[in-house]
Amino acid sequence: MATSNAVEAHDLVKDFGDTRAVDGVSLAVPTGSIYGILGPNGAGKTTCLRMLLGIIDPSSGTRRLLGHERPLDAAEQVGYLPEERGLYPGMTSIEGIAFMGALRGLPIREGRRRAVELLDGHGLGNWARKPIRNLSKGMAQTVQLLGTIVHKPKLIVLDEPFSGLDAINQGKLEELIRREAAGGATIIFSTHVIAHAERLCERVAIIAGAKVAFEGAVDEARGRLRPIVRLRTRATDGPWRAALPPTARLDNGDWTFELPSSGPEPLLKALIDGGAGIETLSIERPGLHDAFVAIAGEAAAREMATEIGQAA
Amino acid sequence: MKLPRLIRSAYVIARRDFVATVMSKAFLFFLLGPLFPVIVGVGFGGIGASIDRNVERPVVAVIANPADYRAIDAARLRMEPLLEGGPGVVLSQVAPTADLAAQRAKLLAQRNPPVLGVLDGGLDSPHFTGAVRADGMTVRQLGFLIDQARRDRAAPPATGKPLEVVLTQSSSGSLASARSLTARAGQAVLFVLTILLAGMLLSQLIEEKSNKAIEVIAAAVPVESIFIGKLFAMLAMAWLGIIVWTLAGAAAIAFYVPGGLSALPTPAVGWSMFIGLGIVYFSMSYLLIGSLFLGIGAQASTVREVQTLSMPVTMAQMMIFALASLGVGHPDSASAIAGAAFPLSSPFAMFGRAAELPALMPHLIALVWQILWVALILRLAARLFRRSVLKSGPAFRWPWQKKAAVQ
Repeated sequence: MATSNAVEAHDLVKDFGDTRAVDGVSLAVPTGSIYGILGPNGAGKTTCLRMLLGIIDPSSGTRRLLGHERPLDAAEQVGYLPEERGLYPGMTSIEGIAFMGALRGLPIREGRRRAVELLDGHGLGNWARKPIRNLSKGMAQTVQLLGTIVHKPKLIVLDEPFSGLDAINQGKLEELIRREAAGGATIIFSTHVIAHAERLCERVAIIAGAKVAFEGAVDEARGRLRPIVRLRTRATDGPWRAALPPTARLDNGDWTFELPSSGPEPLLKALIDGGAGIETLSIERPGLHDAFVAIAGEAAAREMATEIGQAA
Repeated sequence: MKLPRLIRSAYVIARRDFVATVMSKAFLFFLLGPLFPVIVGVGFGGIGASIDRNVERPVVAVIANPADYRAIDAARLRMEPLLEGGPGVVLSQVAPTADLAAQRAKLLAQRNPPVLGVLDGGLDSPHFTGAVRADGMTVRQLGFLIDQARRDRAAPPATGKPLEVVLTQSSSGSLASARSLTARAGQAVLFVLTILLAGMLLSQLIEEKSNKAIEVIAAAVPVESIFIGKLFAMLAMAWLGIIVWTLAGAAAIAFYVPGGLSALPTPAVGWSMFIGLGIVYFSMSYLLIGSLFLGIGAQASTVREVQTLSMPVTMAQMMIFALASLGVGHPDSASAIAGAAFPLSSPFAMFGRAAELPALMPHLIALVWQILWVALILRLAARLFRRSVLKSGPAFRWPWQKKAAVQ
């Protein structure tokens, strides 16, 4: 069944006792895209993903996964890496990957064959026949990731895939995500690190306080903000000051303000005509982080920043 | 043919569990465990048998003339088959000597064979000396023997036609009581195997919960598949064990039970059908009780909780067995039908019934009934698991719980 969206969710609500973990989340993930779900821990990202995958049922709302109303019906075309990684430690890497494939309908022999290939391709060939309990945490995570894609799923869902990985492995994971997407798979991942989403995603959902604060293209999120102007002038005062918006901040002789809606030309003219004496001038497109701050609020952004600090 | 996905997924789970269990070192002990008592038993049994042969029953020495002794011994021969619960007194003739008192004292002190007491005075003035109770079996038997010997001596032998006996293969009375023995033995075997093997299902989901693999599995296959897979993996393992024990234990059974199974009366449905039903009913009792245990155990989040649960669960099994055994001997009574209708005791009760009644139709009905209940229990257990464990169990820490857990 052809559908332009690999995943759709309408007004998903999930209550755990008295707590509303997810409050009216709607998403549309276009087929073949890389889609980021952004938000601080506790925002409801994991609960959202678990509902989309059918591990739990929503209290209300509907979802469609690869055209199926019941997500488990699509399970054989889906790969899922949970936030809490889990494998049988007694299994060898090959068996672990083949087992994960078998759960998704891949014949076990084919799973073993592909496991050997994948492990070799990721520099784990020497560990293929060793029990997973002997692997380092990073290696075990890679094994689980390979198990997630061994059956060549059309939809790959990764919950906080970058956490626990060093910079090199994070880079490898980004590469893998791009490669899978280039191969036609749809990828959804959650993260509380904005930089990953900014580098990888075409579309994002920003979840804060159990609600979707923004859903759409990354450019659209950035487009919500005006470009930022940073200006240093020789003159401290003059008629040119009238061209600056009232919200402009002066910090150590540097002015920072949003580009007025009239655009850069009237501003430049006023500065030159008014004899401001421009020393430096930059007009920057806002990053996803700025957009996140504007959308989810300072508090959520600070929380994300602290978490990154802790992670580092 | 493509198997339905539920079964296919269950097979993937079952294969993993079976391999993980059977390929572990602990499984060797599992296989050997039940053989320890057999090995020890064979050893002690051998010693016991040789002890039995050495220990002879105490003897009553009879100081009497040959005629009196013959009369008493003849009475004993006629009495002995009537005694239930063991053979009667053993008599040994001793010819009288001049000094009766000295002879009596000497006999009482004798060691080989040891003498329980001494009967002297013949039939005319019988006198017993010995370390027994005055109203005990030995004294009463001796009294009876002397009375009988005296009657035989005084009265002419009974005349008339002797009792004519026509032997049939069996009568309904003898068979019913004998078959209830087979019923009880069959139930006991089924029960011991179930209690030994089904308890393991309590802890089946602890592994996945503690290593977090449950999240990967629950995202890929229906929870029902997980339960079915685990249940059948353990059933297969149980059968593997039973086959090994049966093979290894066959010699021991032959050693213990003279004539082996043939010592038991033939069950109403015949031996081959009875054994076939035994296999089926063991599987059913394992599936029924096992699915319940799996469901209960799935709710537990720690090994400690499972261990705490195992005692009450064993007690519950005893009650199930008690319910099933109520009906033995009266296969059509209300209690027997109740035992067969209550799903958990049904396999035991029906297996007992197979020993006592030949009809096969009730077994078919019972099997359908039991399979329905296995499905129902699994379904409920899966639903309960989804509701209470996947959503809020401590194995999954929700974001807000994470903060609380840091402390």
